[in-house]
Amino acid sequence: MVSFILRRLGIMVLTALCLTFIVFWLTNLFPNLEKLAKTQGNFRMSDEAVLTYLGNNGYLQPLPVKYGQWLGVLPGYVIAGTDGEMRARCATGGQDIADAARFCGILQGNWGYSTVFRDDAGSIIATRLGLTGKLMFWVMLLMVPGALIIGVMAGMNEGSRTDRSLSTVSILSTATPEYVSGVVFIAVFGTATFGMQWFKGTATAAMDDANFENFFLPVLTIALYGMGYIARMTRASMTEVMTAQYIRTARLKGVAFSQIVLRHALRNALIAPFTVIMLQFPFLLNGVVIVETLFNYKGFGWTLVQAASNNDIELLLGVSIVSVFVVLTTQLISDIGYVFLNPRIRIA
Amino acid sequence: MDCARKASRTDTVPGQTRDLTHSDEVPGQARDGTTERTKHLANPTTAEPILEIDRLSISFFTRLREIPAVMDFSATIMPGEALGLVGESGCGKSTVALGVMQDLGTNGRIVGGSIKFKGEEMNTMSPARLREIRGSKIAMIYQEPMASLNPAMKIGKQLMEVPLIHDKVNEKEAYARALEVVTDVKLPDPKRILNSYPHQLSGGQQQRIVIAMALMSKPSLLILDEPTTALDVTVEAAVVQLVKDLGRKYGTSMLFISHNLGLVLETCDRICVMYSGEAVERGSIGDVFDDMQHPYTQALFRSIPLPGADKNDRPLVAIPGNFPLPHERPKGCNFGPRCDYFQAGRCDQDMIPMVRVAGDDRHQTRCLRNHEIDWNAPVTAAATKIKHVPGQVVLKMENLKKYYEVAANALFGGDRKVVKANETLSFEAREGETLAIVGESGCGKSTFAKLLMGLETATDGQILLDNISIGDVPIEKRSTKNVADIQMVFQNPFDTLNPSMSVGRQIIRALEIFGIGKNDTERRARMLELLDLVKLPRAFADRMPRQLSGGQKQRVGIARAFAGDARIVVADEPVSALDVSVQAAVTDLLMDIQREHNTTLLFISHDLSIVRYLADRVMVMYLGHVVELGTTDQVFSPPYHPYTEALLSAVPIADTRVTKKHIVLEGEIPSAMNPPPGCPFQTRCGWKSQVPGDLCDTQVPPVRLLAPGHQVKCHLDDATLAAMEPVIQIAAE
Ligand SMILES: Nc1ncnc2c1ncn2[C@@H]1O[C@H](COP(=O)(O)OP(=O)(O)OP(=O)(O)O)[C@@H](O)[C@H]1O
Ligand code: SF4
Ligand code: SF4
Ligand SMILES: [Mg+2]
Repeated sequence: MVSFILRRLGIMVLTALCLTFIVFWLTNLFPNLEKLAKTQGNFRMSDEAVLTYLGNNGYLQPLPVKYGQWLGVLPGYVIAGTDGEMRARCATGGQDIADAARFCGILQGNWGYSTVFRDDAGSIIATRLGLTGKLMFWVMLLMVPGALIIGVMAGMNEGSRTDRSLSTVSILSTATPEYVSGVVFIAVFGTATFGMQWFKGTATAAMDDANFENFFLPVLTIALYGMGYIARMTRASMTEVMTAQYIRTARLKGVAFSQIVLRHALRNALIAPFTVIMLQFPFLLNGVVIVETLFNYKGFGWTLVQAASNNDIELLLGVSIVSVFVVLTTQLISDIGYVFLNPRIRIA
Repeated sequence: MDCARKASRTDTVPGQTRDLTHSDEVPGQARDGTTERTKHLANPTTAEPILEIDRLSISFFTRLREIPAVMDFSATIMPGEALGLVGESGCGKSTVALGVMQDLGTNGRIVGGSIKFKGEEMNTMSPARLREIRGSKIAMIYQEPMASLNPAMKIGKQLMEVPLIHDKVNEKEAYARALEVVTDVKLPDPKRILNSYPHQLSGGQQQRIVIAMALMSKPSLLILDEPTTALDVTVEAAVVQLVKDLGRKYGTSMLFISHNLGLVLETCDRICVMYSGEAVERGSIGDVFDDMQHPYTQALFRSIPLPGADKNDRPLVAIPGNFPLPHERPKGCNFGPRCDYFQAGRCDQDMIPMVRVAGDDRHQTRCLRNHEIDWNAPVTAAATKIKHVPGQVVLKMENLKKYYEVAANALFGGDRKVVKANETLSFEAREGETLAIVGESGCGKSTFAKLLMGLETATDGQILLDNISIGDVPIEKRSTKNVADIQMVFQNPFDTLNPSMSVGRQIIRALEIFGIGKNDTERRARMLELLDLVKLPRAFADRMPRQLSGGQKQRVGIARAFAGDARIVVADEPVSALDVSVQAAVTDLLMDIQREHNTTLLFISHDLSIVRYLADRVMVMYLGHVVELGTTDQVFSPPYHPYTEALLSAVPIADTRVTKKHIVLEGEIPSAMNPPPGCPFQTRCGWKSQVPGDLCDTQVPPVRLLAPGHQVKCHLDDATLAAMEPVIQIAAE
């Protein structure tokens, strides 16, 4: 098992390297850099001035070198600027170049500086991630049991009326994207239009003090979307299991229907959805971006939008590397869980 | 009381005759004649039947139509009695069993008749009462053991469930009982077994667990639906023996479903033959086997290779035509279109009723002409065929070895292990000869076929085709001629044909590959000839594989193999996936083509009956070793290799005149990954004690020549070998 996890971790690191390199390359395309120079300097900069700025700040080094520095495996640049000033990547905030560390990248915990928030990117990401974590926790708490219950109920009696109505609900819920359901929820429950203003239309207050009133709508919006999909997977897996020979064996042993479902079918039926739940995670991150913006909840997704729309390269890079790790970690958990649920692939 | 009940029903139901015959089935009937096989019963005279099925009809409802799967089926099982239910695939055997269990799925429904369990009507039982009965009073075992055990639940838990539900005992008591019953079914190390998952056991062990589960609460009725079809012969014999012993020990009645007449003979007291949803004949084993009264039963017996059948002098008689689909049954007698005694105007009019055969015990048949047919008339001998004399040697194996290296752990590697799939194989095959290769799963039969075909290359040794070595030439490098020369017919006709290509196209493809014919017209002509050769109508060229029956698909497979005028055909269990009535036809076809083309046939099989029928020479393999090789007569009569002896004893023979020496092998076939030291058969051999010292445990026996052409790999001395008795003896008529 240990070697299995180690191997998976290795693959994960490799994938993360590739993915971040791609993001790094995209954010370091010249038009982006040009925009950066102009926002940092002034918008009527001449092309030469832009180049000088970029050169002085190490942006014109070859891409792999820049990537290495950003990662922290190559020493940070020290460049004698055209204006005669020495600039070093690792000397920030007026630090003396001689005192500065040689390496300063992600690996050294140096996530760079956010130009939008005028703060250290690392700490921004940490707080925002915490907020999103809170949101996701409640989403999972609502979505997973809900989806499993719906799926199992629908799948245990294929073709029954319960099955048909539940299946319709799940298809509807997957077919409705968050930006539609979110807007509808805000309109119906967040305003006085329909006389059902039970919840708040904004979740800003939930950042410090979440309660049912200000937090339920965003949680529901994300959860609904993922729920339909997982419910349908669970249903498919459940119907298949219910026709298996060993279920007939149980029935012919005289096991009651409820016990057949709980003791015999459930574990086998959950193997497939479990993987799906974990793989759902990346898709939920999509929803997070939309919902956080919609409800003005300043979490990770909201930050991503801010960073992207303001060309905040360092923050954007930080956000993407965290996303990549979140996605890969969920996959690892999914694999391990699969092995755990399915005794047939127990690992020595 | 019974008579009154029946009589009142007669009034309400049309079809007098049937009702009269049916009332022969009342329990009282058992009073006058009990067959000798039922004599062990405690007291059959006063007993009430355990199960009484009365004119049961079951249909499946699909979107298109109603499928009448079972019609007018009656059967009675008395306490301690075992009833065999035989018939071809799709005739409704399983449907009857599931009907008894009241578990026909969402689209199946009982549309008529009654099923009484100990006098209690089951069709109207409440779900709660049904649950009470299932698993405790009636238990069922079905075909695939692996699929009937929950893969995510430990064996122990699955077993304990039965007493926990039905006897309301506590966990500890339930565990104790599980342990006891696992010991009962003779599994080694019961504690470990209880603590393992199904996939950690072998097929035979799983089937024993399923049996243990069924016997857990000592049911009064056990339904077995082809319980051993997926198992090897020697394992099958042991499992059947076990079921018989336990059935006797607990006084369990049995409904034993099988397509194997021999197995029914060995296990049952009574038999019911089904054809296309109906019972066509039923009676005691003795009556039906020796004094059959229905043309279908007769045809069935004539199409299976019994001792005495011979491919030249007494060939098998195949049943012509095909089985009708449930919704395409003919008017009148279902068997009419295939019956030799069919009489237009009589047999194709009304439903044929079941009538009683005078004089026999509860013996009935569904044939109008049973009094007119001379049942003792000899088989109208299909022209005897000339015995073929094998020509010169075409294929020669010399010290062939094939070792596979496998990772010990499929997922993560680990130490590499060597699997010795074939161990120093030497033999030769002559032109026009049939050489049978016999052995159980894992003995290396298929590896050998792959080597010959060039799908794998040999680790060591040589394969000589016409004295040219081909053993280390993989198939991509072989010349077209070479590839066309050696062809194969596969076990499963269902997955060897491309489902999206018409039959004609597939044969033409084969012709193209072998470079036969100059253009498409020539190839097309040749393809039609090939269809003639395998006795398929030429119109089949345009059919898709899914429109063919199993037997027809296998014929296409044979046509493809002979497309390039193969000189050597390897047939890997070519008929084992087919129904008995079709097996005969396909076997005969293979033999005919062989005769015509002087082909060398390597016939791989585990079915010794068919091997005896068609092989010239037999090679018996066990765990990669050739343990015996000789002419068919030499192998089938003593002296035997101990393994051959056990195999012969394990094969069920559907002939009441045959008496067999009873040898049950203990234990499982060792894994090829971990073979025992010394003689490969030493873990299960019953003769081991006759060999002095620990020779069998430590040394691989040398190949010994007992007679010209007869070799055996065993340490037993000549005197012991010579003193061996024949396993199969046929009583004089
Ligand atoms: N669920 C179903 N829906 C429709 N038709 C069915 C269903 N189950 C069985 N049948 C049909 O009923 C007939 C009888 O099938 P059954 O399984 O009882 O045959 P069998 O004698 O047990 O065959 P085998 O030897 O292959 O097990 C077949 O024609 C089959 O196609
Ligand atoms: S009733 Fe006629 S067709 Fe049917 S089995 Fe008897 S003789 Fe043959
Ligand atoms: S060598 Fe010994 S163990 Fe092997 S078959 Fe002969 S007697 Fe049995
Ligand atoms: Mg069946």
